[in-house]
Amino acid sequence: MAPKSSPQKPASKSADTKAAAKRKSAKPDISGSPFTLEEDKEAYREMLLIRRFEEKAGQMYGMGLIGGFCHLYIGQEAVIVGLMGAAIKGDQIITGYRDHGHMIACGMDPKGVMAELTGRAGGYSKGKGGSMHMFSAEKNFYGGHGIVGAQVPLGTGLGFANKYRGNNNVAMTFFGDGAANQGQVYESFNMAELWSLPVIFVIENNQYAMGTSVARASAQTNLSKRGVSFNIPGEQVDGMDVCAVRAAGAKAMTWCRAGKGPYILEMMTYRYRGHSMSDPAKYRAKEEVAKMRQEHDPIEQVRVRLLDAGVSEDVLKDIDKDIRAIVADAAAFAQSSPEPDPSELWTDIVAPLTGTGA
Amino acid sequence: MPTNILMPALSPTMEEGTLTKWYVKEGDDVRSGDVIAEIETDKATMEVEAVDEGKIVKLMVAEGTENVKVNEIIAVIAGEGEDANAPAPKAVTPAPEVKTSEPDATRAPAPVAFSVAADPEIPAGTTFKSQTVREALRDAMAEEMRRDEAVFVMGEEVGEYQGAYKVTQGLLDEFGPRRIVDTPITEHGFAGLGVGAAFAGLRPIIEFMTFNFAMQAIDHLINSAAKTRYMSGGQMASPIVFRGPNGPASRVGAQHSQDYASWYAHIPGLIVIAPYSAADAKGLLKAAIRDPNPVIFLENEMLYGKTFDVPELDDHLVPIGKAHVLKEGRDVTLVSHSHGLTYCLDAAAQLAEEGIDAEIIDLRTLRPLDIDTIVASVKKTNRLVTVEETWPVCGIGAEIAAAVQAKAFDYLDAPILRVTQKDVPMPYAANLEKLALPSAADVVEAVKAVCYR
Repeated sequence: MAPKSSPQKPASKSADTKAAAKRKSAKPDISGSPFTLEEDKEAYREMLLIRRFEEKAGQMYGMGLIGGFCHLYIGQEAVIVGLMGAAIKGDQIITGYRDHGHMIACGMDPKGVMAELTGRAGGYSKGKGGSMHMFSAEKNFYGGHGIVGAQVPLGTGLGFANKYRGNNNVAMTFFGDGAANQGQVYESFNMAELWSLPVIFVIENNQYAMGTSVARASAQTNLSKRGVSFNIPGEQVDGMDVCAVRAAGAKAMTWCRAGKGPYILEMMTYRYRGHSMSDPAKYRAKEEVAKMRQEHDPIEQVRVRLLDAGVSEDVLKDIDKDIRAIVADAAAFAQSSPEPDPSELWTDIVAPLTGTGA
Repeated sequence: MPTNILMPALSPTMEEGTLTKWYVKEGDDVRSGDVIAEIETDKATMEVEAVDEGKIVKLMVAEGTENVKVNEIIAVIAGEGEDANAPAPKAVTPAPEVKTSEPDATRAPAPVAFSVAADPEIPAGTTFKSQTVREALRDAMAEEMRRDEAVFVMGEEVGEYQGAYKVTQGLLDEFGPRRIVDTPITEHGFAGLGVGAAFAGLRPIIEFMTFNFAMQAIDHLINSAAKTRYMSGGQMASPIVFRGPNGPASRVGAQHSQDYASWYAHIPGLIVIAPYSAADAKGLLKAAIRDPNPVIFLENEMLYGKTFDVPELDDHLVPIGKAHVLKEGRDVTLVSHSHGLTYCLDAAAQLAEEGIDAEIIDLRTLRPLDIDTIVASVKKTNRLVTVEETWPVCGIGAEIAAAVQAKAFDYLDAPILRVTQKDVPMPYAANLEKLALPSAADVVEAVKAVCYR
């Protein structure tokens, strides 16, 4: 299906990052090798873009510019950025409602994402989807799903399509530790392994399903073992370390592309903010959050590595500046883009029916 | 005293079958559990085991006999010491489901005293062949799978078993397991998987063994399939068909006897189709498979074995969203869909004898509803009765009544009446089930009420 391009959504060169550009051609498994300096810089840039974008979204929510639910990805950036580093052209991404980071890492335009958050015509869904419901056929981003766990069979279906067509692509299906308790996840595990579908089940374990910790909700807290009875290999990965994530992703993708079926990656990560904007996060100690930020922050880890490698503060400041500009542009666009035309209320419901010519 | 072996009922809806093979001959000794015969129904071929022990005295029905009625005597067994030459035996046990002499519309529609109108969309001069709804549905899928490599069928028992209701019979042989995919019993999972495959551009046909089981999966039908086009601003869609038998079957109780028509017809983003005839089943299923929208295709088990004329066209497509006037009439409009039409046709035949000329509209598609055709009819007849196997509350009839009073209020000479299933869960007991279902008599009564007769 051809993606619709909105005239109100100018292509942003700066957002089409090098990482996204690189994915335009298929490349072989990049293995578990450490990041080159350039790769570290790119990862830093990508993760920082997501973080600044999310901070801005939080701010705009506070200003009443964004409505409804808004789930921020702050703290989890290394998961999507690391995995995208191991992806090739045509690999699909599908996730739940904490989806802004995934969209940006897929190369979707931050302007279009932010304008969707504000419900404007320039948004990816013309303002009709909102934070939880955005898609880009062009960038192989399949949503953005608001029902916890629903994306898991959907992602398994993307993998089914890959196998049906005999292409070499993998469907990366993201869900949280909360969704990991939904029955449909296990229905999907069963079919994915039964039919050897190329699906990576990425469990983003940020340790809290809304306000319920993993220990309070899961009989087996090691979620990477949840595929054991289906014979799906799984492993726990330091989801705060972008290198570890990419290495695990590369391994899983090699497995899938070899026709061996699905793979489970449990990404041990952490969200700094509440579940949604209205969550005061009283179920955990402030110290716990502070400790994570200080000791495990995914962006800080790369920053330190870059400085150690001799990259100057000025270079990093330039990156920061660049990113602030992209985010400021996105925020401005999201406020200047008009609300959807009232006629849009009645569009995109069904396509013309077969046989009627209507 | 010799024992009669009766033609067994092998499914809830079986009325007759073919005795394809005898595994015993006269004079053989049989013991309980021995396979004695093979019987083919419209749904399956099954072996029959002996229950009683003794010597086969007589085979009453020759091998290969078709249309052997349930409970017909097929063989006689004499026990040890029994006189094999005893007088002709009488039926031993009354059938649990004795056919009453009064017509039962759910099982054997009374002959219709008029011919139903041909679909005006079918070109003049077209030849027809006689086909069951079941065969027509299978042909529709096969034709579309030959036409488009992206079309595949997925569901429980669709492949090796040849379909729980034999609708997919033969498809595995032609298309292989890549495109005829047997699933585990996992409705929620495979419905979602199908929608994901549709997002990726494939054209899945997802069979639910019955729509009762689709409740396990309904989140994907509504939240994932129906809403994505809108939520994505038109960027992404799910061209998928969910099909399977819907509505009351026969004696299967409350959890397996429910009409979901109004559930799905409620949802913007879905197309809902519920055909009656084999020709429409074929033409509409082909259209549904090609349609870019998610389609809920509601079949009916009671109609699967019913035979209709199906046009012999290379590509018989019936337009989605158009009702068909099955019979023209002056005095009252009957609107129904799927199996509900059997009550209407039966009632119309009875009404004709009493001088009431009913017009019958087969909705065919429930969403979008072809209100224009109904309104045009009501403007002519000034009276309307809706007939459906759904419960009355918020049913299709309620929707039609609301629309018609808004668009043709001044043309109505009587209140619109609805004939529906009674507002109770479906009972198992034969008499209660019959009371719960709508009937031709209910339709006749409603028509007389709106005609003030």
